[in-house]
Amino acid sequence: MREIRLMKGNEAIAEAAIRCGVDGYFGYPITPQSEIMETLMLEKPWEKTGMVVLQAESEIASINMVYGGAGCGKKVMTTSSSPGVSLMQEGITYLAGAELPCVVVNVVRGGPGLGTIQPAQSDYFQAVKGGGHGDYKLIVLAPSSVQEMADFVELAFDLAFKYRNPAMILSDGMIGQMMEKVEMKPFTPRWTDEEIVQMHPWATTGKPSSRERNIITSVELDANAFERFNHKLQAKYKQIEENEVRSEMFECEDADYLLVAYGSSARICQKAVQLLRAKGIKAGLLRPITLFPFPTKEIQALLGHVKGILSVELSAGQMVEDVRLAVEGKVKVEHFGRLGGVVHSPEEVVEALQSKIIGG
Amino acid sequence: MSIDIKDIIKPENLVYQKSRLLTDRVMHYCPGCTHGVVNRLIAEVIEELGIQQDTIGVAPVGCSVLMYNYIEVDWHEAAHGRAPAVGTGIKRLLPNKYVFTYQGDGDLAAIGTAETIHACNRGENMVMIFINNGIYGMTGGQMAPTTLQGMKASTCPFGRDVERDGNPLRMTEIVATLPGTCYVTRHAAHTAAAVRKLKKALFKAFDNQKNNKGTSFVEVVSTCNSGWKMTPVQSNKWMEDNMFPFYPLGDIKDV
Ligand SMILES: Cc1ncc(C[n+]2csc(CCOP(=O)(O)OP(=O)(O)O)c2C)c(N)n1
Ligand code: SF4
Ligand SMILES: [Mg+2]
Repeated sequence: MREIRLMKGNEAIAEAAIRCGVDGYFGYPITPQSEIMETLMLEKPWEKTGMVVLQAESEIASINMVYGGAGCGKKVMTTSSSPGVSLMQEGITYLAGAELPCVVVNVVRGGPGLGTIQPAQSDYFQAVKGGGHGDYKLIVLAPSSVQEMADFVELAFDLAFKYRNPAMILSDGMIGQMMEKVEMKPFTPRWTDEEIVQMHPWATTGKPSSRERNIITSVELDANAFERFNHKLQAKYKQIEENEVRSEMFECEDADYLLVAYGSSARICQKAVQLLRAKGIKAGLLRPITLFPFPTKEIQALLGHVKGILSVELSAGQMVEDVRLAVEGKVKVEHFGRLGGVVHSPEEVVEALQSKIIGG
Repeated sequence: MSIDIKDIIKPENLVYQKSRLLTDRVMHYCPGCTHGVVNRLIAEVIEELGIQQDTIGVAPVGCSVLMYNYIEVDWHEAAHGRAPAVGTGIKRLLPNKYVFTYQGDGDLAAIGTAETIHACNRGENMVMIFINNGIYGMTGGQMAPTTLQGMKASTCPFGRDVERDGNPLRMTEIVATLPGTCYVTRHAAHTAAAVRKLKKALFKAFDNQKNNKGTSFVEVVSTCNSGWKMTPVQSNKWMEDNMFPFYPLGDIKDV
């Protein structure tokens, strides 16, 4: 029997985490995502599945608890919002450098600084281009519905373990706070310790005489060896780019003009496409679901008929750089988006496409 | 007449043997450094407790960053100061394993102060080993939170000035006030007697994990002869004369 529930995006993350067999959650409260840990604490998953839930003293501590748990081959995650995710960047680059899987959720709010608690998409660069130091990448998923908030927890873990790489769910205050109906997946049991030893021979599970000791580390003092390691990381990212791009098209087949938008902005743009079509303007929407890897080829495939592109983000223009890289100057690409927690309306998007692309 | 080593190393002559858990890697520590002695003692304690299979060590950033090269257990190398949080993650998810962190004074008592205090306050059921040499050894001898008043370091070349730099921090006394800690003790490793006492303390600290008693915290007042710019012998003397009065040895808490 299908199980349909009405819930907030943040609650969906928590519920999905319990159901997909997550071993540990470590977090620190911050609006607009505190419901995630609150829901977990109310649900008491330690009684149902044995999942550990712990409130840490800071986001620095939570990401490092994740680092420890991930080293043991466990499914571990943390969630936060922009200022907290900034604090986590040190831990995230260590996780990437040590090639550990984990899931980090950022329910983005407006920045810079303490900013606002309203939704924004101004952490795109931080999520997609690095954030912490060094040449590393996160796998970044951008949900645009409460259903996807739930579904992407499992998907993010699958990808994180497949590539031994941290995965991020880049959401925002709107998707986190809004309520929608969600079809919940049935419970999958947590991995047993024996299964972890089998599946993740690299994990620090305690050294039996039958194997060498396992060491989780990101330090390498020999520059040549470290260059080789960096090349290995880059090859992995290339593989992720080849295999894991996900995107969704809406009215793109015959589109003269293309909107590119992810997450909550994509929902607004879908309405904008309908308004534009009603005016006789053949507009379409491409919604990147993975932000890294970015749907570069998917955008390029539309350039035969698309005459101009508007990247619509709740930011001063971040993803637009990746759209421009994909387009390589072949058609005009502009950015539109409200800032600092203000959410654009479909009408504003229509107006922006007309003034910046069609009439511009 | 030549002496064959085999004639000397007979079971009846054997007074000491390298721990089976110590690898054959040459330690990178400076001659005379306390780190090497404490590394060896940890290997011996894990071996004698028979918990090699069940132990996970958390290495810090500091001179002991490569400590995982020396002891035959699973290891996790943490970011600077974050070992208590990493250890928390490991212990919470593998509660039946023995977890220990090993940290210098910069790591544990400066950049990682919050992680240290909160892990101890939660009473994480693990061992925290604190190598207090009063200096940042790894980065070339800068002032540490534990550098004594008037003591010279490269970032206080005329001595620590408490007006400017604040007073040296006694982290061990602080964590002893927290209900989460079960065993808090301060030792040294500069004489055979001190080494024996320290080993006993480490033994007890590891054994406490069996009984879920909370955090066991073992400080080792240490020397850094390179950073202090003294010979190993001078360093030991200087430590006795200057460090021990401010960081007195002995148990602070044992419940
Ligand atoms: C975030 C960060 N800041 C600074 C450093 C540089 N650093 C490496 S070790 C160290 C201090 C080590 O001193 P201590 O913890 O006392 O260990 P010791 O070398 O004395 O054993 C510093 C500042 C770093 N690695 N990471
Ligand atoms: S610099 Fe100091 S702490 Fe580091 S290995 Fe040398 S003596 Fe030991
Ligand atoms: Mg030191």
